[in-house]
Amino acid sequence: MSDVHGNVIEAEGLTRVFTGRPERGTRLRRTRHVAVDHLDLTVAAGEAVGYIGANGAGKSTTIKMLVGILVPTSGTVRTVGLHPLKERRALARRVGVVFGQRSQLWWDLPLRESFSILAAIHGLSAADERARTAELVGMLEMGSFLGTPVRQLSLGQRMRAEVAAALLHRPGLLVLDEPTIGLDVLSKQRLREFLVAQRREHGTTLLLTTHDMGDVERLCERVLVVDHGRLAFDGTLAGLARTVGARRELVLDLATPGPDLTDVPGAEHVRSESDGLRQRLAFDPQRTTAAWVLAAVAERAEVVDLSIVEPDIEDVVREIYRATR
Amino acid sequence: MADRLRAYRTVLVSRARSQASYRTSFRLDLVGALLVGVIELAEIWVLYSATDEIGGLALAQVLLVFGVADLAFSLADLVAGHCDKLPVYVRAGTLDVFFLRPQPILAQLVTSDLSLRRIGRCLVGATALAVGLALNDVAWGLGAVGLLVLAVLSGFVIFTAQFVTAAGLQFFLVNGAEMTNAFVYGGRYAATQPATVWPRALLVVFGTIFPVAFAAYLPVSTLLGAPGAVGLPAWLGWCAPVAALWAVVVAAACWRWGLRHYRGAGG
Repeated sequence: MSDVHGNVIEAEGLTRVFTGRPERGTRLRRTRHVAVDHLDLTVAAGEAVGYIGANGAGKSTTIKMLVGILVPTSGTVRTVGLHPLKERRALARRVGVVFGQRSQLWWDLPLRESFSILAAIHGLSAADERARTAELVGMLEMGSFLGTPVRQLSLGQRMRAEVAAALLHRPGLLVLDEPTIGLDVLSKQRLREFLVAQRREHGTTLLLTTHDMGDVERLCERVLVVDHGRLAFDGTLAGLARTVGARRELVLDLATPGPDLTDVPGAEHVRSESDGLRQRLAFDPQRTTAAWVLAAVAERAEVVDLSIVEPDIEDVVREIYRATR
Repeated sequence: MADRLRAYRTVLVSRARSQASYRTSFRLDLVGALLVGVIELAEIWVLYSATDEIGGLALAQVLLVFGVADLAFSLADLVAGHCDKLPVYVRAGTLDVFFLRPQPILAQLVTSDLSLRRIGRCLVGATALAVGLALNDVAWGLGAVGLLVLAVLSGFVIFTAQFVTAAGLQFFLVNGAEMTNAFVYGGRYAATQPATVWPRALLVVFGTIFPVAFAAYLPVSTLLGAPGAVGLPAWLGWCAPVAALWAVVVAAACWRWGLRHYRGAGG
């Protein structure tokens, strides 16, 4: 269980340098790549933090140092008050990790068995195992595929199972590395709702890396942007949106082609396609809502279909990088 | 303690069950492993069809060396043979997942699988051992039984340590499986032969650094009072546990060194 008070993650001057071998035959010196560069990071108990950055910015390296897989080149780190290297095994009992790209389930066994093996690994009592598995199976709606071998699960089913596997031992800190990558809209939605409920009920601290702005928006109250191993932004999502002016886009399909909708309050006309049959309006989610914009549009034209385009996280990150350099 | 073992037991039982669930494939694997063992045994028989004695040992005596070495190796292979899959585990990220669990990494690696088909190999080794014992004139007594049990156990520990040593070195040698296999399987092969025929370089490698000579040849020589071990005292066969301990020390050092390298702690 998490500490009710105190910091769950404390990192100071955290640095990781990778040295590569020079190519054979060349007289070059060893290459040096600074993946994480003097990172100071504090996460309080119960917080939900989105850790975002471009590929290769140092997100996964940071997480590996937090959970004791990698040794920092310099700097100190404490995770749930423990030293990740010296106290790795104690740490493993109190942290759950989901790596989107690597599975902790047994591919050739029915999902149910993966849960009972993990329960044994974490030393859960038989009663506790039953109760916790039932709880997670219910909340993540896994009942219908509990008897299916893991290799036959769909990506959405497997990710739900991975999250359940990471939470089986009730860790106080849940680290998610790209949890929604490749998931369809419904699966993403379901996973996010579950994580919100998990936080509410158990006070679980969340740290997640993602490329999906929707994840950050619906799950995290705090955003960290990392660039070349350095912290480029630390604050609220609203603050991030203000900094870079991240806007969502409402894509409207109208019943008949019409003039450009340039006079909708709170929204800006981006462009029209097919003689105005499809129109794109941008709005700032901090100032207005999609519903308000839609209501205003409905007074001017008949809408038959619509979709909302989230700001691309890569764009947001690029803006931050531009602003901080 | 029982609770700590539960984690390993649960994994192993599930591994065994999943292998048994593909019955035809499992039977074929079992027979395949058995055939490989039989062919290796036939190799020795072919050698002895040309000569009566190799390195001071007759066919019946070598059969005993082969039996002890092969049984010990097959048991080690059953328990730890999948350690050579470490590079696969590294690539697939399975090793990183081991770090997220509250058990030692090596214990998780060793108990991550159990290749039941290798039981086929154990049967060959055990049969050779039984036939060897029947054919030879063994002075039966408490000492002889003790020496035999000690030899098989020490051999098992030595070969298991070899697998772990090889796994530790795999962290450095990205495509080094060929290299480490040369020692692991070469060591197994060497152990089934009388050490007196080895060239000096092999004697140094497999007599001291990777002490497979102690797995079968030396204890069996002591057991039979064979003249093979020229210049070596007869009690050397009793030193098998010392050799096993040494192999474990080397394995532990290599594994720690490799793991430190993987985590990027230098070394």
